Amino acid sequence: MVANTQLLLSIEDLAVSFDGFRAVDGINLYLNEGELRVIIGPNGAGKTALLDLVCGKTRATEGSILFRDKQLRGMTENQIVHAGVGRKFQAPSIYESLSVFENLELTYPKGRNVIGSLFFRRTAEVEERIQATADMVGLGDRLEDLAGLLSHGQKQWLEIAMLLIQDPQLLMLDEPVAGMSQAERQQTAELLNRISQDRSVLIIEHDMKFVEQIASKVTVLDQGKVLAEGNIDRVKNDERVIERYLGH
Amino acid sequence: MTTILRLLGGRSEWLICLGVFAALLLVVLPLAFNGYFLNLLGRYLALAFVAIGLVMCWGYGGMLSLGQGVFFGLGGYAMAMFLKLEASTPEATAKQSTPGIPDFMDWNQLTALPWWWEPFNSFSFTLAALLLIPAAVAYVFGYALFKRRVSGVYFAIVTLSLAAAMSILIVGQQGYTGGANGITDFQTLLGWDITTDSARYVIYYICVFLLLVCIVLGQWILSSRAGRVLIAVRDEENRVRFSGYSVEDFKIFVFMVAAVFSAIGGAMFALQARFISPSQVGIGLSVELVVLCAVGGRFSLLGAAFGALLIKTAEMYLSDLFPQLWTILFGLILLVVVLAFPKGLAGLYELARDYALDHFGSNQSHAALEEHADKRSLHGREEGFLVRAKRILGGIR
Repeated sequence: MVANTQLLLSIEDLAVSFDGFRAVDGINLYLNEGELRVIIGPNGAGKTALLDLVCGKTRATEGSILFRDKQLRGMTENQIVHAGVGRKFQAPSIYESLSVFENLELTYPKGRNVIGSLFFRRTAEVEERIQATADMVGLGDRLEDLAGLLSHGQKQWLEIAMLLIQDPQLLMLDEPVAGMSQAERQQTAELLNRISQDRSVLIIEHDMKFVEQIASKVTVLDQGKVLAEGNIDRVKNDERVIERYLGH
Repeated sequence: MTTILRLLGGRSEWLICLGVFAALLLVVLPLAFNGYFLNLLGRYLALAFVAIGLVMCWGYGGMLSLGQGVFFGLGGYAMAMFLKLEASTPEATAKQSTPGIPDFMDWNQLTALPWWWEPFNSFSFTLAALLLIPAAVAYVFGYALFKRRVSGVYFAIVTLSLAAAMSILIVGQQGYTGGANGITDFQTLLGWDITTDSARYVIYYICVFLLLVCIVLGQWILSSRAGRVLIAVRDEENRVRFSGYSVEDFKIFVFMVAAVFSAIGGAMFALQARFISPSQVGIGLSVELVVLCAVGGRFSLLGAAFGALLIKTAEMYLSDLFPQLWTILFGLILLVVVLAFPKGLAGLYELARDYALDHFGSNQSHAALEEHADKRSLHGREEGFLVRAKRILGGIR
């Protein structure tokens, strides 16, 4: 497809330093529309820091983040969300004292300013969307339950569903299968493959087996820089990657 | 009996509680007390405005403001300034060296009314000012703090110092503000003598009416999506932010609403107590109000309003009987509430209701309770878990 070769995200010379320590040190990364990319690398390589920069949680010191010709640098977190970027955190961050339904309803992309939220009404359309999204992640029959009562894996799925309901063009996930059982990993892999059909997905992952299940292309980060990039099989056999990350 | 219980477990519970509270204020208290005591109760109800503001700002928004007295004071002073100007006609103040200005200005060698006092000659300006000025102060203050992501203890400390600064400022500017004595000695509102017994009743009813309006308005906000955003911010602020909300806007909004409620309370206080002084602005009152809110229940508008009224009424009786003991008792009440009943009187009510439903309710009312449990669980995670766990266990058995 021609549309798929369109650039969605281009990160150029991106850097951030915390008290002189350069957590991200001149990274270039290009992501096409509809692409699923996995970022791997040792601890402290700057993977999470990179996602933090893109979603506006931390401010870059140098470089540019172009998302569909829009400069994300300098935008606030909620503006970046409105531009079409969704971010999932490493630990499930959901609203434990609200029901699954309310969790999803809160992320429904309407009435997100003060006045709009006061007059927001639960319409049939909203309920349908919520039901459909919950079905997608396998939580369709848990809508009335408190989110705090879900299992760890279900909480991760709920957070993914909360992002999906916003229909972002770029979805960034930070170690989505950490702490999941083998069966849950399998289900998550299937879910991610389905999700990435309509949007670009950027995933941080450590579990190489899982990476092989979902990725065609990976980027290896090390010490804030891109160490290697490309097809999973090629990267796996890259000597520097083996030395720095995968081990022998 | 079962019918009542069924209603209590259902979705209309809040309306029933509101009705009971309204009946207490509108019918029972006016019948039980004479004009003098009703006027005292009215002053306590003025504090209830602040308490319900705190429920929204602290209980739901998680912002512990120790400076709500500032807004109470702004409302109170705005109202008192108008009343004082009305009382300071040239005829009434003919003995002063400058007739026609408030007496304390004259004592402080002022020879003309300060320009910023002038607009308070107008009643409609005063009404607008006592709503808009606190809202504006809360906006500026909230903007400065929340945009910089000041929260938690730091927010509490900053608001506390705001309260201190405000009362010091008022005491220091004696000629303009009446200093430590405050603004006193006014008898009429638009020519109407507010010292008479009938006026006391009328003002009391106005106060109750406004309080009920604020409670309904507050409940509407809290049960809208905005209320759930506030709960969500307490649970997981970053998630809210990365769901496309400007968290700061919501915090500023609730802080402003709480400020306006407090200011209405302040105005009602000035009208009923017929004075306002720096002690209604400072730290003491601000902290006392947080305690009243906690005792009543910081997750319940009705609980907090009722708590403020109950505790202050108890204080009225007990501090007469045991002047030294009351402060200690007040501290003890707070300790017990914090340690044993984090949801205050409202939480006690819920416990009692659930107990009654468990023991006397029919199956039908039980179902209603469980259906309602989801809604109530918004107010506290522990309880949600408990109710849920009970249901699961019940299912297994």
